[in-house]
Amino acid sequence: MALFETRALTKDFGGVRAIDGLDLDVDNGEIVCVIGPNGAGKTTLFNLVSGMVPADEGEIRFEGRSIMGLRPSQILELGIARTFQTVRLFPEMSVRENVMVARHCRTRSGMLKAIFRAPSFRREEKETRQWAEQALAFFGSRLTGWRFDTPARSLSYANRRRLEIARAMASEPRLLLLDEPTAGMNPRETQELTELIRRLRDETGVTIILIEHDMRVVKGVSERVVVLDYGQRIAEGPYADVASNDRVIEAYLGRTATTA
Amino acid sequence: MAEPTVAVEAPVAAGGELLPARQVDLWRAVRLGLVGGLTAVFVSANGMVLAFSKRALLGGVTLGSLLLVAVPLLVGYLAGRPPPVLQGFATPRPGWRNLAGGLLAGLLSGVVMAVFVTLIATFDVRRVFINVTPELVRAAPRLLTFGLELGAGGLVLVLTLNAMLGAVAGTLQLLGERWRRAVFAVALWVLAFAMLQPFVVQVLRGIQAELRIWTAPLAEFLYEPSGALSVPGAVAVAVVAFGVDALLTREGRRPVRTRLEVLPERSRRLLRLAVLAGLLFVLGLLPQVLGPFLSEVLNIAGIFLLMALGLNIVVGLAGLLDLGYVAFFAVGAYVTALLTSPQSSLGVGWIFWAAVPFVVLAAAVSGLVVGTPVLRMRGDYLAIVTLGFGEIARLLFLSDWLKPTFGGAQGIIRVRDITVGPIEIGGPQAFFYAIFCFVLLATYVTYALQGSRVGRAWIAMREDEAVAEAMGVNIVTAKLSAFIAGAMLAGFGGALFATKIGSVFPHSFSVIVSITVLVVIIVGGMASVPGVVLAALVLVGLPELLREFAEYRFLIYGALLIFMMQQRPEGFIPSRRRAQELHEEEVPQDAWLRTQTTMQQEAAPAGDGRSETS
Repeated sequence: MALFETRALTKDFGGVRAIDGLDLDVDNGEIVCVIGPNGAGKTTLFNLVSGMVPADEGEIRFEGRSIMGLRPSQILELGIARTFQTVRLFPEMSVRENVMVARHCRTRSGMLKAIFRAPSFRREEKETRQWAEQALAFFGSRLTGWRFDTPARSLSYANRRRLEIARAMASEPRLLLLDEPTAGMNPRETQELTELIRRLRDETGVTIILIEHDMRVVKGVSERVVVLDYGQRIAEGPYADVASNDRVIEAYLGRTATTA
Repeated sequence: MAEPTVAVEAPVAAGGELLPARQVDLWRAVRLGLVGGLTAVFVSANGMVLAFSKRALLGGVTLGSLLLVAVPLLVGYLAGRPPPVLQGFATPRPGWRNLAGGLLAGLLSGVVMAVFVTLIATFDVRRVFINVTPELVRAAPRLLTFGLELGAGGLVLVLTLNAMLGAVAGTLQLLGERWRRAVFAVALWVLAFAMLQPFVVQVLRGIQAELRIWTAPLAEFLYEPSGALSVPGAVAVAVVAFGVDALLTREGRRPVRTRLEVLPERSRRLLRLAVLAGLLFVLGLLPQVLGPFLSEVLNIAGIFLLMALGLNIVVGLAGLLDLGYVAFFAVGAYVTALLTSPQSSLGVGWIFWAAVPFVVLAAAVSGLVVGTPVLRMRGDYLAIVTLGFGEIARLLFLSDWLKPTFGGAQGIIRVRDITVGPIEIGGPQAFFYAIFCFVLLATYVTYALQGSRVGRAWIAMREDEAVAEAMGVNIVTAKLSAFIAGAMLAGFGGALFATKIGSVFPHSFSVIVSITVLVVIIVGGMASVPGVVLAALVLVGLPELLREFAEYRFLIYGALLIFMMQQRPEGFIPSRRRAQELHEEEVPQDAWLRTQTTMQQEAAPAGDGRSETS
C-alpha cells in the first residue's frame, strides 16, 4: 500500500479548476518530483495536502487513513511537513526558535507547567532545543553556532530556504513536501541542495515530494517525475521518459504548427 | 564572531569620489517654522499655556512659558539639522547654514505667533475659543508676550526671542555629537528636577524621616518656597548631570552588558543577588519614603501596569489587537466586590484571598467567551469586535436587567480590604506591597511564558498565522490561551482596583481604560517588560502627580502616539529584536558610509552615535 495517495482530488477557485481529478500514489521512501508549467496546480496540490486549503472533492489518504478536513496542525502531527515557495519563516524569531516551533506538536507542556517550571517542562525544553540544533546541524556549519540566535530575517536567501527545510524536518515528518527548494539559489548551492535532498532521504527515510523548475535538479534527484498540466496528471515515470514525452513537451512549449 | 562582510559595490565613480554633500534645506526650515508656529498657537489657544503657567520651574520661567520657548528651540534644532547622509554623498560640513536654518524656522514660528497675538489683542475671539482668555495678551500676566504690552515691545520681543532661540538651537548642530548629548542631558535633568518638584521634595523629606540621613535641607537648597528650582539648585543639578553624562559617554567605555559578560559566573551571580537585595530594600522602604499621596499615585500606575502586562501577552506576544480589554478588568473587579462585600447581592463577605480563585476562574471564562467568537478574525476586524465586547461588558454591569446582581449604576460598595492574617491592608502605603507582589508575579509569568512552548506558539502566530498552523501550532488553542492569560492578569488588576477603591461602579470601566493600557504598551515597547513598566509609570503616574496635565492627558497621549509611530515605532525600551527589525535599512548603508568618512576625516570628533550589531 502506498504511503500517500490522492483519489479524484479536485479543487476549484471560482471558475478555475486548479486540481482536476488527480490520482497520485507515492510509496514509502520515494523521491517524487512534481513538475509542470506555471499555473498547473502544483502549489495548490501542496496546499490541499497540508490542509491549508480545503479540497472540494476526492480524497487524500496518508498511511491508509483519510486526512480530509483535518487542521494543518493535525496533518503535521500525523507526519506531513512542508516548505513554502515564497519562503515563509517567522522573521523576528531566532533561527533556533523557528525550528523549535515545529516541535510544538511533538511536545505537550502547557502554561501551568511553564509557569511552575515543572521538571518535565525543563526536560522537554532541553530536548526541543537539542532537536532544533540537530536539525540545523544537518546543513553543516551554515546555520549553527552564533547563527542560532540571529533573527531569521537576517539570513541570506539560500539560508532561509535551508532553515525552512530544517524547520520542516524538526517535526519528524514521514512525508516532506518541498515547494521549489532551489528557487533563488546559485548553481553551486543548487547542486549542494540536490545532494542534500538525497542524503535527507537516505539518512532519515523520509519520503519526499518536491516541486521544481530547475530540470537539472529534477534530473539529479527524482526517482519518479509527475507532470501536471491544468490540474491533471499528463505524464509520469523516470526523468528520461518524461523528458521525451510529447504531451510534456507540448505542455511546456505549446503545440507545434506542424503537428496540428 | 561575525563572518567577514562582503564589500558591496557602491554606486559612485571609481576612485571613491563622493558627490557634494546635501545641505540644510531652507524650505524644510520654512515648513518646520510654520508648523512650529501653528503648534504654539494651538497650545496657547487651547489653554495649555495658561494652565501650565501655574507651575513655576526656574526663576520666572513657568511650565507655560517653557511650552512657548520650547517651540522655537525644537523647530530650530530640527531645521538646523543637515539631511541624512546618503550613500555616495559627502558628509556636510557644519557651518552657518545650520544656524541660518534654525534662525529661519524660529523667526517664522515667531511670525505666526505674532500674527496670532495681534489677532487676539484686537478682536475678542472668546465666543468661539473659550480658552483664549484675557490673561494671554490683554490683561495682567500677558503670558504670550512675556509680560510686555503689545505696543511696548511685546511683538518685537516675540519675534526676536523666537528667532534667537531658533538660531541658538540651530547652532547646537555645530557641536560634536558628544557635546550635543551633554547639552541635552543637562537640559533634561534640570527640566525633570523642576517638573518633579513635589516628588523630589517628598522623597528627600521621606528619606530623612525614615533613615535619619540629613537630606531634607537639600530640598530647601534645591527649591524656592514657590516650588520653582532655585538658581544654585539648578546649577548643582546641571553640574551633576554634566558629570554623570561625561562619565557615561567617556571614550572607550564598554556597555554594562558586555562588562558583565566577561565576569566569571560566580561573581555574576553574587552581583545579581546584591542588586536584587538592594532593589528589595529600596522597594521595601519606598511607600514610607514616598508618603501616602505618592504611594497612591504609584498604586494607580501599578494597577495599570498589571493590566498592561496582561495586554502585552495578548497584543505584544500573540499579536491579537484587543480593544475591549477593560471587560476582563471589570469582571475581576465585580467578582471581587460580589464575594467580599457584605452588602452585595450575594452578601457573603468573604476575605479577599477566598475570592481570588473565583476571580481567576471568572476572568478565564470571560477570556474564553470573548476569544471563541473572534477566533477567525484578525487585525482590524478583531479590534472592532473586541471594542464592542468591552462596551457590552460595561453596559451589562450597568443594565437594569442585571441590577439585582451587580447593582446597576449604584454599583457595589463596601468591598473588603485585603487581609494578611489579622492585619488589614488599608492605606495606600500598605497597599503598595500588595500591588507590588502581583506586578512581580505578572512579570515573572510574562517572562516564563515568553520563553516557553506556549510563548513560542504565540510569537509564531503573531508572525504568520497560516504558517504557524502549518508548522503544528493549533491556532485555536494558542489564541484562546493568549486571551485567557491576558484576561487573568486584567482580572487581578480589577480585583486590586475594587479593594483599593472600596467600591465598584460601571463608569470606571469605560473604553478609555482599554485605550490607556494600549497606549502604555505601544509607547513602552511591545513585548518588552521594562518598557511597559516605564511607560505605565510615566503615562499613568505622571498625570496623577502633575494635576494640570490631567485635563490635557489624552491630547498628550495622542501627540505622543503620533510621535512614537513616526519616530520610534518599537517603543521607548523595545524588546531587542523589534528594534533591529524596524530600523534595519539604515544599518548597511550607514556602515558603508562610515568606513568612507572615517578614512577621510579622522580628525573630526565624530562620536559613534549608534553601535550596530551585525
